[in-house]
Amino acid sequence: MKIRGILAAATAGVLSLGLAACGGDPEPSTGPVSLRMTVWSSNEAHLKLFNEIADAYRAKNPRVTEVKFDPIPFESYTTTLTTQIAGGNGPDLAWLLENSAPDFVNSGALVPLDDTLGKAEGYNAADLSPSATSLWKADGKLFAYPFSTSPFGVFVNTDQLKAAGQQTPAELIAANQWTWDKAVSVAAASSAKSGKAGLVVRDFDYKNWDNLSTVWTGWGAQAWTPDGKGCGFDQQPMVDAMTFLHKSIFTDKALPGPGTTADFFAGEAAMTITQISRASLLKDAKFGWDLVPLPTGPKGEYAVIGQAGLGALKKGKNADVAADFLAFFTNPDNSAKLAAYFPPPRTSQLTAETLAKTNPLLKPEQLQQVVIDGISTGVVKPSHTGQAEIAQAVRAALDPLWKPDADIKAVLGGVCSAINPLLAK
Amino acid sequence: MSTRFWTGSRRDTLAGYLFIAPQLLGSVLFVFVPLGLVFWYSLHEWNVLADTFTFVGAENYQALADDPKLADALVATGFFSAGLVVLNLSLALLLAVLLNQRLRGTVFFRTVFFSPVVVSLVAWTIVWNFLLQDNGGINALLETVGVDGPNWLRGEGTAMVAVIVVQVIKNVGLNMVLFLAALQGVPANLYEAATVDGASRRRQFLSITVPMISPTILLTSIITVVGSLQVFAQIAVLTQGGPGTSTTVLVYYLYQQAFQFHHFGYGATLSVLLFAIVLLLTLVQWRMRRKWVFHES
Repeated sequence: MKIRGILAAATAGVLSLGLAACGGDPEPSTGPVSLRMTVWSSNEAHLKLFNEIADAYRAKNPRVTEVKFDPIPFESYTTTLTTQIAGGNGPDLAWLLENSAPDFVNSGALVPLDDTLGKAEGYNAADLSPSATSLWKADGKLFAYPFSTSPFGVFVNTDQLKAAGQQTPAELIAANQWTWDKAVSVAAASSAKSGKAGLVVRDFDYKNWDNLSTVWTGWGAQAWTPDGKGCGFDQQPMVDAMTFLHKSIFTDKALPGPGTTADFFAGEAAMTITQISRASLLKDAKFGWDLVPLPTGPKGEYAVIGQAGLGALKKGKNADVAADFLAFFTNPDNSAKLAAYFPPPRTSQLTAETLAKTNPLLKPEQLQQVVIDGISTGVVKPSHTGQAEIAQAVRAALDPLWKPDADIKAVLGGVCSAINPLLAK
Repeated sequence: MSTRFWTGSRRDTLAGYLFIAPQLLGSVLFVFVPLGLVFWYSLHEWNVLADTFTFVGAENYQALADDPKLADALVATGFFSAGLVVLNLSLALLLAVLLNQRLRGTVFFRTVFFSPVVVSLVAWTIVWNFLLQDNGGINALLETVGVDGPNWLRGEGTAMVAVIVVQVIKNVGLNMVLFLAALQGVPANLYEAATVDGASRRRQFLSITVPMISPTILLTSIITVVGSLQVFAQIAVLTQGGPGTSTTVLVYYLYQQAFQFHHFGYGATLSVLLFAIVLLLTLVQWRMRRKWVFHES
């Protein structure tokens, strides 16, 4: 092999960075406009609805020749989006995950929306719930529209619970006994009987630890203080919550251990904690199921919500048109249509009646208990500027916790040592 | 009187340049320009979201020297490369020697061992990801013989071993084929003479086979070392650098810094470091060839 060939091979990794070089400054144009919006859903029904809304917009705005919805896989969504932006190939509009909200909102990458939404006909921006928009605001300005505010709930396989002779969560709620202790004992009993998993915190997989906030919030624990400066992992509520979780995993065997995969929606687990938007996966379910709120923790009842925002990128060639389309996409009429899949931030549309029309799989009391009550009281999953780096540091520092003989307090102290320099930035 | 411009030698020179032009153009466009750009980026702080690109001089290199996580990444890279190169080359040579025998079924086994090479890397790794789960296929297989298998991808020691083995099985066929070709190029009369002289099989292997195929050993070792330093997809799919940071090799660390943490300038600095390491190792191997490659001495 020639040296030159070796050099070529050696720079293969380098290339990917190099190719990200090109990209020009945006110039406002007056000609035909084509918009691209990145999303992480490739669900046909979702895309069909988006395209219908886009067609209606194009009919009103002939200048806009195309609105393209570009699905990017969820797992690599933010990374792919940032890479596209770095390569000068960013979209005009983008869905944003709550964990990247502070980075996008504070960086100046997004177009402030207040003026556009204020001017839009019949928009009624005052209808947007303040608890839903707070994550997407900086310096009092709204930088992204929280198109989905989706609470976490517990999906239950009632067949597996009954087979194990356990009370269902619905019965426990009626008896005022739907607590974490009870949930874990039910899950452990069901798992022992069925040989399948008990309770699965969906998408956690011992890596995406922010999903555990659906558990520790019941203990009043938090990853960091609301101002983002103080680490919460070594505080007593977190130590208590993690001790409980560790015991549930390794002693009670109520949760599957690390490296064990179990998909509730394929009937492989008795219960799972996830967002209500996953209900669509139960369309063809072969088992009896229910959706209930999160169990109460030592601190009482609580709710956790995941959010997704929609923003217009400032760097796009047609940022003004993109913002205008955003206003159309999220106006009261279209918001009601989107509510079929994404719980809306509009208070007027957050009623069990409105949601029931578009969520036929869920009963009114499920919608009221889990969705509407959840949104009004919910704590948003943890997010911080520079979240990806912090998330990685927490993941690495938490790894020693997922062993039967872990020193929980020491591990959690280690998490704080690892992230304190990052929180201080 | 003017002399003719297109003399024979000038025509030859032009033809020569034209012949190398496509290759040269490719190299400049896709190797040297990006390489220069990466070095240029490494002197900047580049925030993609805020769209700022600020010259910071040697700051990123200072950060590189002060980075407490870099040592871990280099150690992980060293472990991975050493494990991969030793295991891959010795297994490839062993398979090649075995399959070089005139026995029934060798063609079948050559195909079996080579087939993973043509499988898509990511598809291959995803399948292994399922097999290596705690309740996956490998442990189920071990259980049938009464062995309680470890949690491969979650243990600090086993995760790296698993990644190495998955990669070796994927690529060992390529080196095996190269070794096979080299083995078949060794003249049979050398072995006949050695047999007449009473040399044992082991002596024949060490004194005839190894020296005769040493150019191929050099080639495969360079390819394998360079390839091992660029491992990425396997880590991204199997472990994401964990548990802890035990499998965060340099390329994965670079990816995290640039594409996940948005530190493109620092990511570029790490690329420069990777480039320097690969260049250095390749030069060392190239220099050493005179010492141990048979045809070069």
